Amino acid sequence: MNEWIGGTLIVIGLVFDFLGCLGLVRFPDVYTRLQAAAKCITVGTCGILLGLFIFKGFSATGIKALLCLAFIILTAPVSAHALARSAYRSGVKPWGGTVIDEYDRGRGG
Amino acid sequence: MKILRYISGLIVLAVIVALNIFYPLPSMLGWQSDFLTRAFLLLLVSAVLCLFRILRGPTAADRAVAIDMLGILIVGFCAILSIPTGRDWYIDVGIAWALQSFIGIMALAKFMEGKDFDE
Repeated sequence: MNEWIGGTLIVIGLVFDFLGCLGLVRFPDVYTRLQAAAKCITVGTCGILLGLFIFKGFSATGIKALLCLAFIILTAPVSAHALARSAYRSGVKPWGGTVIDEYDRGRGG
Repeated sequence: MKILRYISGLIVLAVIVALNIFYPLPSMLGWQSDFLTRAFLLLLVSAVLCLFRILRGPTAADRAVAIDMLGILIVGFCAILSIPTGRDWYIDVGIAWALQSFIGIMALAKFMEGKDFDE
């Protein structure tokens, strides 16, 4: 029973990973690519790690998988935020079809 | 011409994913090894898509985003590989890889922003 639940979680994680990478290839802009890829790949890898935890139970490998999951959930949004901020500050323009740029308006530009 | 390129890319991707799911593997180790091998191959296809974006991103920020995402995908590789091989240290490699990837991406973001490293 544990193996079926873990396998289902791994399959959900794989689907999220694949669609996130497809968004990384197909979107037109740095910010939209980041928006598509960061969330999807974080959720996908966390699904794989949770599936590994359910496969292994409360053993050493399972606890290490939970530790790795907590670390990825804490750090992936931080690095995505830093990348978006540095891309904006280094002068990468948004895509031509962008409707609103709140960050520019907030800085009084 | 553009629509032809999109359709050819879609067909190539669909053929790769369908072969990955439906091609019969010579499985000797039971359904777990078979399923996890297919899962690992699908993750490899995702990593190849990330490598495509690293290869021809128009700006440096695109390449940095793709490197970050590849670093998180490799943690998934290590997690999947630790089940069928039975070696527990793959997940240790995954933890270390996540930490190093986070520190490297933060340094790269600070460098692209044009500041010094001490904020």
